[in-house]
Amino acid sequence: EEFLETREQLQRLQNGNHLLFQQVPMVEIDGMKLVQTRSILHYIAEKHHLFGSDLKEKTLIDMYVEGTLDLLEMIIMHPFLKPDDQQKEVVNMTQKAVIRYFPVFEKILRDHGQNFLVGNQLSLADVILLQTILALEEKVPNILSVFPYLQEYSVKISNVPTIKRFLEPGSKKKPPPDDTYVRTVYTIFAP
Amino acid sequence: MAAKPKLYYFRGRGRMESIRWLLAAAGVEFEEEFLEKREQYEKLDKDGRLLFGQVPLVEMDGMMLTQTRAILNYLAAKYNLYGKDLKERVRIDMYVDGTLDLMMMIVLTPFKSPEEKEESLALIMKKAKNRYFTVFEKILKDHGQDFLVGNKFSWADVQLLEAILMVEELNASVLSDFPLLKAFKTRISNIPTIKKFLQPGSQRKPPPDQHYADVVRHVLQF
Repeated sequence: EEFLETREQLQRLQNGNHLLFQQVPMVEIDGMKLVQTRSILHYIAEKHHLFGSDLKEKTLIDMYVEGTLDLLEMIIMHPFLKPDDQQKEVVNMTQKAVIRYFPVFEKILRDHGQNFLVGNQLSLADVILLQTILALEEKVPNILSVFPYLQEYSVKISNVPTIKRFLEPGSKKKPPPDDTYVRTVYTIFAP
Repeated sequence: MAAKPKLYYFRGRGRMESIRWLLAAAGVEFEEEFLEKREQYEKLDKDGRLLFGQVPLVEMDGMMLTQTRAILNYLAAKYNLYGKDLKERVRIDMYVDGTLDLMMMIVLTPFKSPEEKEESLALIMKKAKNRYFTVFEKILKDHGQDFLVGNKFSWADVQLLEAILMVEELNASVLSDFPLLKAFKTRISNIPTIKKFLQPGSQRKPPPDQHYADVVRHVLQF
């Protein structure tokens, strides 16, 4: 990983034409410089067989991921809200999670009784959902309290060996955003 | 024979327009049901047809597809407009994600206050030229081919044409510094399926007006 800490680093990337639309994230992989979060996620998922076994499964995964990303986007933007708006937004996020998204996934898991959301195997949908659940739990610890299937699911996916390793201290998983992180982002993008 | 895809959305562009473009480009006939009253939307939701309670909804091939990008990805794959391998696909994905970002900015403007609208339009023009069109002009210049990816018509070309036309509606001279994009626009517009879609009487929707914004606010209650 190369971490952006100064505006000059970003400008060097932009001026060197490393960023297709002058934005990050950017992932250098297989001789390409990939940008656009969704494109990067799709590429990795496709390459590493986390995108279902046919077009129908892929599309289901896509739908679940798109929905979850809408929720995750709220979490990502949260630290950049005005302090007065932040608490209100936690309430908003929680409502969306508990009314719009979690009941859907709870029902999916209940209906098919399998360990994974789609096609009885780990997919991008499971990874993104777990990420989102854990991020929300950091703000609202009991957010899964009325979702027994999601609770069990969360434990199961967390125990997938590669994920378990990622959840251990010392991994590349990043901590929740703090003031330093917010300041750094502002410095780089809105000096 | 399979039933035609059926689109459920407001009678206007919004998030459904890119889907209409892609279906049209692929030469696929489709039906539409327009949401005009809140009760229609509530019924769709209650009937369990809206995965996360949202439109666009496209019913096709026995599935109830929601989430704009998921629908577009499915159509691109199904109608062979997604490149020939993973490397082409990811390039198409990146280009499409970029143009979708630009078009989303335009989609959201009818819902802004007059002051916000003006600011937003200025930003759209700036981004369109500096961030997006500059890049696509260079891509076309570098490979000298007719299409953005793989020397073959793809979803990326459809989206870029759609974005160009949308921005031109805001400022007719936006392509004045982009000769290759001008030629691209003409070329893609002349592809028979696209040409048909650009003719009056097609299912292409007009730019949003106040009435459209009012209907959306009424149905979605915001």
